[in-house]
Amino acid sequence: MKELVVIGNGMVGHRFVEALLDRDRAGHWNITVIGEEPRTAYDRVALSSYFDGATAHDLSLGDLTGPRVTVHTGERATAIDRAARTVTTSTGRTLTYDRLVLATGSTPFVPPVPGHDLPGCHVYRTLDDLDAITDRARGARTGTVIGGGLLGLEAANALRLLGLRTHVVELAPHLMPAQIDQGAAALLEHLVTGLGVHVHTGTSSTAVRPGPTGHAAHLDLDNGTRLDTDLVVFSVGIRPRDELARACGLATGERGGITIDDTCTTSDASILAIGEAAHHRGTVYGLIAPGNAMAEVAADRLTGGTATFTGADTSTKLKLLGVDVASFGDAHGRTPRSLDVVVNDAAHHRYAKLVLSDDATTLLGGILVGDAGAYATLRPMVGSPLPGDPLALITPHGAPPPGAHTLPETAQVCSCNAVTKGDLLSAIAHGAHDVPALKACTKAGTSCGSCTPALAQILTQAGITQTKALCEHFPHSRTELLEIVRATGTRTFSALIASHGTGNGCDICKPAVASILASLGNGHILDGEQASLQDTNDRHLANMQRNGTYSVVPRIPGGEITPAKLITIGEIARDFDLYTKITGGQRIDLLGARLEQLPAIWARLVQAGFESGHAYGKSLRTVKSCVGTTWCRYGVQDSTALAIRLEERYRGLRAPHKLKAAVSGCARECAEARSKDFGVIATDKGWNLYVGGNGGFTPRHADLLATDLEESDLIRHIDRFLMFYIRTADRLQRTSAWIEAMDGGLDHLRDVVVHDGLGIAAELEAAMERHTATYTDEWADVLADPDKLARFTTFANAPTTPDPTITFTTTRDQPVPTTPVHLAMPTTRP
Amino acid sequence: MTTAYATSTTWIDACASSRLHTDDGIAVLLPGGRQAALFRTRDGHLYALDNIDPYTGAAVLARGIVGDRAGTPTITSPLLKHTFDLRTGHSLDSPHVRLTTWPVRDTGTTVQIRTPLAAP
Ligand SMILES: Cc1cc2nc3c(=O)[nH]c(=O)nc-3n(C[C@H](O)[C@H](O)[C@H](O)COP(=O)(O)OP(=O)(O)OC[C@H]3O[C@@H](n4cnc5c(N)ncnc54)[C@H](O)[C@@H]3O)c2cc1C
Repeated sequence: MKELVVIGNGMVGHRFVEALLDRDRAGHWNITVIGEEPRTAYDRVALSSYFDGATAHDLSLGDLTGPRVTVHTGERATAIDRAARTVTTSTGRTLTYDRLVLATGSTPFVPPVPGHDLPGCHVYRTLDDLDAITDRARGARTGTVIGGGLLGLEAANALRLLGLRTHVVELAPHLMPAQIDQGAAALLEHLVTGLGVHVHTGTSSTAVRPGPTGHAAHLDLDNGTRLDTDLVVFSVGIRPRDELARACGLATGERGGITIDDTCTTSDASILAIGEAAHHRGTVYGLIAPGNAMAEVAADRLTGGTATFTGADTSTKLKLLGVDVASFGDAHGRTPRSLDVVVNDAAHHRYAKLVLSDDATTLLGGILVGDAGAYATLRPMVGSPLPGDPLALITPHGAPPPGAHTLPETAQVCSCNAVTKGDLLSAIAHGAHDVPALKACTKAGTSCGSCTPALAQILTQAGITQTKALCEHFPHSRTELLEIVRATGTRTFSALIASHGTGNGCDICKPAVASILASLGNGHILDGEQASLQDTNDRHLANMQRNGTYSVVPRIPGGEITPAKLITIGEIARDFDLYTKITGGQRIDLLGARLEQLPAIWARLVQAGFESGHAYGKSLRTVKSCVGTTWCRYGVQDSTALAIRLEERYRGLRAPHKLKAAVSGCARECAEARSKDFGVIATDKGWNLYVGGNGGFTPRHADLLATDLEESDLIRHIDRFLMFYIRTADRLQRTSAWIEAMDGGLDHLRDVVVHDGLGIAAELEAAMERHTATYTDEWADVLADPDKLARFTTFANAPTTPDPTITFTTTRDQPVPTTPVHLAMPTTRP
Repeated sequence: MTTAYATSTTWIDACASSRLHTDDGIAVLLPGGRQAALFRTRDGHLYALDNIDPYTGAAVLARGIVGDRAGTPTITSPLLKHTFDLRTGHSLDSPHVRLTTWPVRDTGTTVQIRTPLAAP
């Protein structure tokens, strides 16, 4: 069992331990929580309800119970010794940890104005703070809140409920500057003033002055005003509690906060930070939802998961002093050339603003004050095309836009294909958990592609984390890793994980990095350390079958083969007693070879002029063809010759996933080119190039990329297409899914491949030239290298003994694996 | 206990030390016909566990990928990608599935596995 220490028993620390207990069924972690407050975690978000009759007990989040959890309240962590991995506390306790989680939250910032520490000066963060304010309010007449933000207004309401005459002082020109604009604030101020709160904006406090008893009695403002006040509450912002982290040398943000990556890990791999104490990609979140998301990620990571935190929505909706206020998306219209649609109805106490894209079609954000009823409808529409006239959405008496009342369910997200948000949600509920899957089952985003970003958002809103992290060892996507490898010239997995990852890697990142290294040209895939990274089939250059034997597929370019070669294959199959079958890619599969037989089989194949067919690799498989003009009376071009040329050009090219291709000699399409990653169909003027086709699990016809190309142009286009795919696709993403997920879809692809819109065509072509210039047959290389040949033994201590668990029976005159004994426990997972 | 071990188990030679590369498993035939998958991890630890993937019955674990999950050293089967704790043999997918493990040592020239003298 390993030791986990959590510092901070606030909302996020509590949520984290709950999440961990939930996931850590096996009981890997023994958890100790240190909390400075005298009580266990409570609902700080609902803190103000304490003045509305809620008790501390009502606010409590409950006890963390379990045999493996100990919570120490009223105890502060005072130091972290990273070298010794210990935490010291205010009671002198020393705790040893394997992993440490910092959930220390934040503390209200008290500006250093003279008198800020007089009795009567308070902050508004904990139940103890509220008790102190309540005590002080007895016998007091006036209270002032410094800070007119979200929390300041909550504090102001508290003072009002305590029966005090209440002032709010805000430095900015208007209330809640972070969330709302001038127009909304004007209404808010009007409503707040109507409740008896005195609002002073555009001014700051210069000093708190004591009265005769030494308590706070006056507040001086820089506009010359002096307010009489018995009580001052500072609410001008919060500062992350990163003092422990700083003291032990962890990286922190410029403006505070313990710096974490997408896995919530700090600059010390053994220490995580979550909640308001954390600084993630330049942001410290002062809201509970991002904190909870981090708690989930941290818990997932500590139990072997690969979840990531990549930022969070900061939309807010609250009832402040009985006034609805909501702010979402780009509420301030910071997007260049964005347009505003505003309804400012002072008579009915309503303000609503929508921020739209420069063409007024897409909702970017908004602000609602007075009546935030439309918030639930509008917020989900951020980033997607508006279903109708924007004004109608925020005009209560205007004609309701189509479906606006029941949004988000009926909001049309994809107008090209009439796909509603409801359709998308039900597809998500049925298991479409990423953008390509959503597109495949709803067709949304398959036409103009402009709603692709909205699909991702809807997935996020549905609670599906769109993580780009490859796995727990790398926070990067495959594309990012490829760029890192290219930019740094890293040549080994060890170096890459040491510089950019954590831990030792796994069955996800190792093959992915191996593929990247291979795509960028890194010698033989079984050279040195690379061998240990290769996935099942690549590891022994053959496809592993269910009983641990392998299939062997020699390359037969274009499906064209001489009788002599056919006979050789037959003889080899006969001599090694292999099962043979014709594949869908116009070649021959030899099944049932034992690991130690592979070199002998390949020695004969290579001798007969065969090369590896890469049936085992995420690489070019075959270029299928018809017989073309040579034989066919309908053919218009020589499809077989082209198929052979293409197969020989791209053989051995490692990619994010397998690549299949075909060439048809006329529009009858006998080679089924439109079901391939790239397909070529002859025209009487040249060749049409299709891309992104797929058979398999999600069939898709390839899209026409370019027409009537000469052969040299055709090859240039394919070079660019394949290299662009290799550079930018996700791990195990076929070209079809890659195009579907691409921002701008096929048009963007065409722009890059045909029109060189990104100016990278020459580089992509050069990369392909390097590939073709350095290609060698992998199997011939193995046969020439005793070190690699040594891998092809079943037992290191008994090289001549075959695996006794492998047995065959005969079916239809061929050997097949003996039906496996059904084991008691097996459950397979995808 | 110690005596029991001494009388019923023995160290058998698995392979030359130079033959077992980091994170790159090999299979070893044990007396009595069982098979061990033998691994050396990055930090120099040696592990031996049953070579048979209990989910498929195929003797292939030595050909899997070595790695870690939240710091736990693991081996992932090449067939259906089930993952096991290298130290204990426990399946990370279903805690009730556990592979036999054997003690391993490197004498400096030879990697050895300690196994019962006869098949269990
Ligand atoms: C009045 C109020 C209203 C709010 N309203 C909203 C809202 O409407 N919506 C919203 O999203 N968010 C709201 N928030 C913010 C929300 O409460 C915080 O985002 C959330 O509590 C953050 O959780 P945390 O665990 O990171 O920090 P905290 O809840 O502050 O917990 C941190 C804990 O760590 C303890 N600690 C710190 N250092 C140590 C140490 N060295 N040793 C031991 N313990 C230590 C602290 O005492 C504290 O108990 C509100 C906050 C306040 C104060």
